Amino acid sequence: MSRAARNAIVCAGVLALAVLPMFIGSFTITLLNYIGVYALVTLGLVLLMGIGGLTSFGQASFVGIAAYATAWLTTAESVSPWLGLLFALSLTAAIATFLGAVTLRLGGHFLPLSTIAWGLAIFFTFGNIDALGRYNGLAGIPPIFVGSISLAPSEAIFYLIWGLLAVAAVLVANLLDSREGRAIRSLRGGVIMIESLGVNSFRTRLIIFVIAALLAGLSGWLYAHMSRYVSPTPFDVRMGIEYLFMTVIGGSGQILGAAVGAAVVTLLENKLQDLLPLVSSNGAQLEIVVFSILFIVVLQFARGGIVPILRRFVPKTAPSAIAGNAHRLARRSMPQRGTPVLTVQGLVKRFDGLIAVNEVSLEINAGDIVGLIGPNGAGKTTAFNVITGALASDDGKITLLGQDITHHNQRRIAAAGLARTFQHVKLRPNMSLIDNVLLGTYLRTRSGYLRGALRLDRAEEASARLEALVQLQRVGLAESANELAGNLPLGNQRILEVARALAADPVLVVLDEPAAGLRRLEKAALAELLKSLRDEGVTIMLVEHDMDFVMSIVDRIVVMDFGTKLTEGAPAAVRADVRVQEAYLGGVT
Amino acid sequence: MTSDIALILATDGLASGAIYGLVGLGLVLIFSTTRVIFVPFGDIVAFSALTLASLQLDRVPGTLKLVIVLAVTACAIDAYHHWRQNQPQKILRGLLGYGVLPLIPVAIAWLGAGIHLPSWAQILLALALVTPIGPLINRIALRPIADASVLLLLIVSVSLHYGLAGLGLIFFGAEGFRTAPLTNTIFTIGTMTVTAQTVLMIAAALLFSLMLFLFFEFTISGKTLRATAVNRLGARIVGIRPSTTSTLAFLLASLLGAISGILIGPVTTLYYDSGFLIGLKAFVGAIFGAMVSYPLTAIGAIMVGILESFASFWSSSFKEVAVFSLLIPILLWRSLTIGHAEEEDEEIET
Repeated sequence: MSRAARNAIVCAGVLALAVLPMFIGSFTITLLNYIGVYALVTLGLVLLMGIGGLTSFGQASFVGIAAYATAWLTTAESVSPWLGLLFALSLTAAIATFLGAVTLRLGGHFLPLSTIAWGLAIFFTFGNIDALGRYNGLAGIPPIFVGSISLAPSEAIFYLIWGLLAVAAVLVANLLDSREGRAIRSLRGGVIMIESLGVNSFRTRLIIFVIAALLAGLSGWLYAHMSRYVSPTPFDVRMGIEYLFMTVIGGSGQILGAAVGAAVVTLLENKLQDLLPLVSSNGAQLEIVVFSILFIVVLQFARGGIVPILRRFVPKTAPSAIAGNAHRLARRSMPQRGTPVLTVQGLVKRFDGLIAVNEVSLEINAGDIVGLIGPNGAGKTTAFNVITGALASDDGKITLLGQDITHHNQRRIAAAGLARTFQHVKLRPNMSLIDNVLLGTYLRTRSGYLRGALRLDRAEEASARLEALVQLQRVGLAESANELAGNLPLGNQRILEVARALAADPVLVVLDEPAAGLRRLEKAALAELLKSLRDEGVTIMLVEHDMDFVMSIVDRIVVMDFGTKLTEGAPAAVRADVRVQEAYLGGVT
Repeated sequence: MTSDIALILATDGLASGAIYGLVGLGLVLIFSTTRVIFVPFGDIVAFSALTLASLQLDRVPGTLKLVIVLAVTACAIDAYHHWRQNQPQKILRGLLGYGVLPLIPVAIAWLGAGIHLPSWAQILLALALVTPIGPLINRIALRPIADASVLLLLIVSVSLHYGLAGLGLIFFGAEGFRTAPLTNTIFTIGTMTVTAQTVLMIAAALLFSLMLFLFFEFTISGKTLRATAVNRLGARIVGIRPSTTSTLAFLLASLLGAISGILIGPVTTLYYDSGFLIGLKAFVGAIFGAMVSYPLTAIGAIMVGILESFASFWSSSFKEVAVFSLLIPILLWRSLTIGHAEEEDEEIET
């Protein structure tokens, strides 16, 4: 589908919504208003759960906090609902930031579990505060006014609700297509990789948690001034799980799924309320039973939701081309050839009783390719992980370009100019090749969340895309730039990791078994690539088991065995060393 | 507050904390072997107390219908599964395990409806009626997605709670019940009086924790559960079947839940949906133990019980808020002490 066609469809949709209230009854409009209000919450969950991988049962309580905040302020202090909005959103953001800060460092299931608990705590708080009307709630909330126009009729507030939903959806879509959006999309599947590229995964999680809470807060504000009455019941954990249901039904990774899911669930609920009393006298109780059974069945058989199924019938949008006038990103200056880049002194890493790396010292100078070899279990990868900051060292000192990085985290080490690949490939299989490589440019670009959401980042984004494409060309994967990384054979996935590392414009590249799984010609191409990098002044350190490959490209070899450095020197000298032969082949005597 | 009142509050808190601890042990048992955070566990506790209350009132408990519904569904799912797997010889075994076995106590309760049983027999019958609920739910909703992520299992588990609570309302009604005390004896120590019920609760919690410990340490079944908790794949490789361990874990936990219900029934009025809060308070304890440690879970649960007891003295309406707010410092402490392990893939969609 071309962009023009897509824009035409979007315009037609907006127009249809705009004239809709003229043709339908007010009951249907009220229903649509509820769908819109719910869809705002669901949109937040799409971002948080569907894309960021964080589940929250507590979104309903954010809706409640905002609804009560504006309800209290506009009734007790009789201020304008617009001030109520400001107060509601500030309060929601403050509480979300606090709760997020406490729970988001913990493992995957602590967050949802604690959301249930504080969801309940907030519910009981509403029900027990006199100023909030206890379980009777607050009535007489004023309607919203735009100028002198009252939004009390449901035909009027319809435009505000759906207008805000559309704006929110566009902003979220823009955000996901930006620098920080790529970081958000990479949150799932382990954080070591994104941290090694300079992404602060905790901060990213916290921000999407707050964004989702703010969307819920916006929904709560609309809800309070639409129904003009609030009580604790619509904000309990049961409603929280209904929002999750909407998200999953719609398609949890899909922005469009927010509206689809909210619509399906709301309409279904409406139908059930009509039908169930005919079947049984316990209609109201049966409703929740039917709902949970449906939810469980959906989760077992159609976890993808509705939108991905519909999407199969819609032609794909062509990927955006790179603007012709984009510049490449600025490069850092490389150190003088022969000056020390990395110095490691007396490095020690213990795992309980096992000493994996014992008093290892080495030095790498600018423009060198250094190979680190040793039998299995010699401690090579552990040494790599300590140097790159993925593991903390127990003793010793690591210096990168004269800067002591021993106790720095991965992000600071990455910022200092070190880029790495992983022994067990760490890519995002559901993202395209170019998006994976673009992750590498994270530290070379600046655009934040706001710029991304408002599309102010386009010039920088074009430069970053050009940069990523150049790196893909360099490793020979440019033709499949828009394919999914998960579809590549393992050997090429390793090469893709090299491209990602290069996109960071590193001073020192650390490669963990880059040639494993490559065919002969591909190995030769990789060797050429590494040599050309050396000629540009990039320093390279690699672990590799393919001796022909190592010996043909490295300037110097460090041999490790049982966690200690056995020897180091030129390839020929190392090959002749009796101790090295013994380590690999056993005693020769 | 005088020291006398403080002492009374503390013993009350200790007693309910002991029950939360027992429930918490069940939660940890299920989580560590199956990775399911079993939110409906509290419902089992409440249903057990409600069942006993009905039996004491010489009514036919709603549990009968609940167990019949669950057993029929579980049998159908199990039979269909074996049919699809081309193992028709296993269908009969499934029918026995998921159909006949849970329905025996149902039949006894139904046939004996008019007869007034002695209280020990009522308790045994209530336990026998309620204990199958856990394994049945496991077979129906959780076993088919045993390999899904923790998050997906959690979402299913929370919806299970709402489904079960809805069924509970239909089968038990909205009325609240309190069972007759197991004993009416009162001890007097100095100026302080302690009911035997309190002592019984604490003693039972200790006894069953000890039995659980002995089971884990000295039986092969217990060791298979521990092995599965430490490393699921490894346990599978040495021939421990995940379906067997998960059934066993649910059965044991369900029994623990049913016992907890019998013990807590005389001290609080329970409704069809009271289980959720009991379960969540046990969760707060389990989170204190990071969902893996049994002793820490017990300590956490006792803290919850004592805090709840004192909070209800100061402001009974805010006691739930106080208990769930305790989670914040616990999580804070956990997040500062837990190292950053590389997380496994947590993908929701397939």
